[in-house]
Amino acid sequence: MSTTTAEELAGLSATTLLRFATAGSVDDGKSTLVGRLLHDSKSVLADQLEAVEHASRSRGAAEPDLALLTDGLRAEREQGITIDVAYRYFATPRRRFILADTPGHVQYTRNMVTGASTADLAVVLVDARNGVIEQTRRHAAVAALLRVPHVVLAVNKMDLVDYEESVFAKIAEEFTAYASDLGVPEITAIPISALAGDNVVEPSANMDWYGGPTVLEHLETVPVSHDLTSCHARLPVQYVIRPQTAEHPDYRGYAGQIAAGTFRVGESVTVLPSGRTSKIAGIDLLGKAVDVAWTPQSVTLLLEDDIDISRGDLIVPSHDAPATSQDVEATVCHVADTPLTVGQRVLLKHTTRTVKAIVKEIPSRLTLDDLSQHPEPGQLVANDIGRVKVRIAEPIALDSYAASRRTGSFLLIDPSDGTTLAAGMAGEAFAAEKELPVADDEGWDF
Amino acid sequence: MTTVASNVSEETDSPYALTHLDALESEAVHIFREVAGEFERPVILFSGGKDSIVMLHLALKAFAPAAIPFSLLHVDTGHNFSEVIDYRDRVVAEHGLRLHVASVQDYIDRGVLKERPDGVRNPLQTVPLTEKIQQEKFDAVFGGGRRDEEKARAKERVFSLRDEFSQWDPRRQRPELWQLYNGRHAPGEHVRVFPLSNWTELDVWQYIARENIELPQIYYAHERPVFKRSGMWLTAGEWGGPKDDETVETRLVRYRTVGDMSCTGAVDSDATTIEKVIAEIAASRLTERGATRADDKLSEAAMEDRKREGYF
Repeated sequence: MSTTTAEELAGLSATTLLRFATAGSVDDGKSTLVGRLLHDSKSVLADQLEAVEHASRSRGAAEPDLALLTDGLRAEREQGITIDVAYRYFATPRRRFILADTPGHVQYTRNMVTGASTADLAVVLVDARNGVIEQTRRHAAVAALLRVPHVVLAVNKMDLVDYEESVFAKIAEEFTAYASDLGVPEITAIPISALAGDNVVEPSANMDWYGGPTVLEHLETVPVSHDLTSCHARLPVQYVIRPQTAEHPDYRGYAGQIAAGTFRVGESVTVLPSGRTSKIAGIDLLGKAVDVAWTPQSVTLLLEDDIDISRGDLIVPSHDAPATSQDVEATVCHVADTPLTVGQRVLLKHTTRTVKAIVKEIPSRLTLDDLSQHPEPGQLVANDIGRVKVRIAEPIALDSYAASRRTGSFLLIDPSDGTTLAAGMAGEAFAAEKELPVADDEGWDF
Repeated sequence: MTTVASNVSEETDSPYALTHLDALESEAVHIFREVAGEFERPVILFSGGKDSIVMLHLALKAFAPAAIPFSLLHVDTGHNFSEVIDYRDRVVAEHGLRLHVASVQDYIDRGVLKERPDGVRNPLQTVPLTEKIQQEKFDAVFGGGRRDEEKARAKERVFSLRDEFSQWDPRRQRPELWQLYNGRHAPGEHVRVFPLSNWTELDVWQYIARENIELPQIYYAHERPVFKRSGMWLTAGEWGGPKDDETVETRLVRYRTVGDMSCTGAVDSDATTIEKVIAEIAASRLTERGATRADDKLSEAAMEDRKREGYF
């Protein structure tokens, strides 16, 4: 890259951004894959590598341990495990990447949920020798629950199964069938060896039978945004901009990041929950007037009428206004150390609105291993995923999570100390809602 | 083998896809507006360095045509580049901002802090910073920290809750889901907010180029008398350099970061324009901190340890 030309620089600035998350069990080689992606895409710089080599040597290791590139905390290095999500950044001439590197341990399901919540793509790692295991199904289920648009199955350690096509094909088939049942929209299976570098950045010379992309090639070419014309347009009002200066005495703009869909000047809009209506008089895109804006642009809307709008309101097209309700039914992932119980008073944060709420019911808890439902568990503890029914103090306009990840999601917060208790997804849990088995007795523990 | 399990086609990026800079800008503006909507007394840490300059630029865009609803806070180590202080004062005047200054020198003069034998004042910033936050009752403090800077920073949330001692506990961070930032805090606690979390050094420079943002001149190649210490080119000054065995020479250099003069090194460079700076960074084999910060080299967990104490 030492001879970067002006054209290449221009190319860099025109690239798109892909957010993706990795998931894998403890010894599936996730750190090696991440290290390999960073290293082979020349995103590890000399001083970082030197630090890793130095730290590896001082621990008595013969080879530089690429996991030390990503384990940033003292406790992680001490224990040799990844505790918390780390975000990594790398770029190729075609695209910029934000990688949410999530821990594989079962007890950190909440961290995979964290990483997957903003991901456009999830890489699920499988050890070719072990095939699809419980943890793989758990990762696929979390990706499906969080509605991550693209899933990559990386069948790793192909070097240890003699690069056999049949081994790969069997795993890919089993995984694809399972994930498709959950409604994962797109699955790409890639046979790799992270350690040897097969099909990660460079195509493998050991697997002639594979004609698909390498992991990096796929990351570079997967589409990052979908057709928005069919999405319901939503603008949660974050802040009201009123300069009240001589230059702008009457300016009153409703600032927010478009959560879904597109907005156009001239469109009739309704403000929820009040139900008042107006027309869009203008759209400011960070100082520039535009006729149309779309998600996830941060904009300021100007309306024709002076109506009462404040932070927490939702501006929607009048012809496509969602229903408002004080009753929420959703799937939640419990992320706090203290349990969530029936009768508990909480706060519910949805887009820019925070309202008082009470947990009315916990109808079931999901066992990710076999997707069975355990009825009436009474409470949810850390890393549990379950259905909850919540009654809120004021009506909100909650979309289904399937229709909009941004306006269908919410947090439950402990009002006493502000702890984030649970991550909620409104509506049905999985895209392909099949008849889920009810667990007969035990076996739902994870 | 690509298995397409449904009707999602292999389309190219839709016309609605944002460029990476637009996506990062939109996200940062969202973060600024969230803080404005949810907190009582936010403040922007402003050092006159490129990251804080970009933060200020984003904040101005986020609330235009109104003024930004935040004041600025500079933690002044007393070892400043004069170009940077000039820049700071000019920006404050131009936008009619309110500037708070927490001064390391005051603390040393009062005998509260002791000068370190090596003269490095970066670690000394923590006490004046945290005391100023308490005195002024700031409840949200914007920092220009980026996760690409350092591996402990890579673990930091966008909204990072600090206790009444401003401490960061990496094992007790709130999970951060979607764009639903939880800024709840008890009296005395505050939240550090990092709108540039997802930006890299190159993104910052590309954005500066795109938005035509003025920077202090020391970011561009210029002739400067410097001397070498611990493998870095440092600028001579009252802070205690050069020592007898260190010789000053005039070199063509620029700064990749701006910080305390005692531990911020210049790099050899002939990048006199922003295009040349971008080309230089794109080709560099050293990280920003690896090239220019002495204090991060102290130990493997230097940054984590300082952050735990309240460093930003």
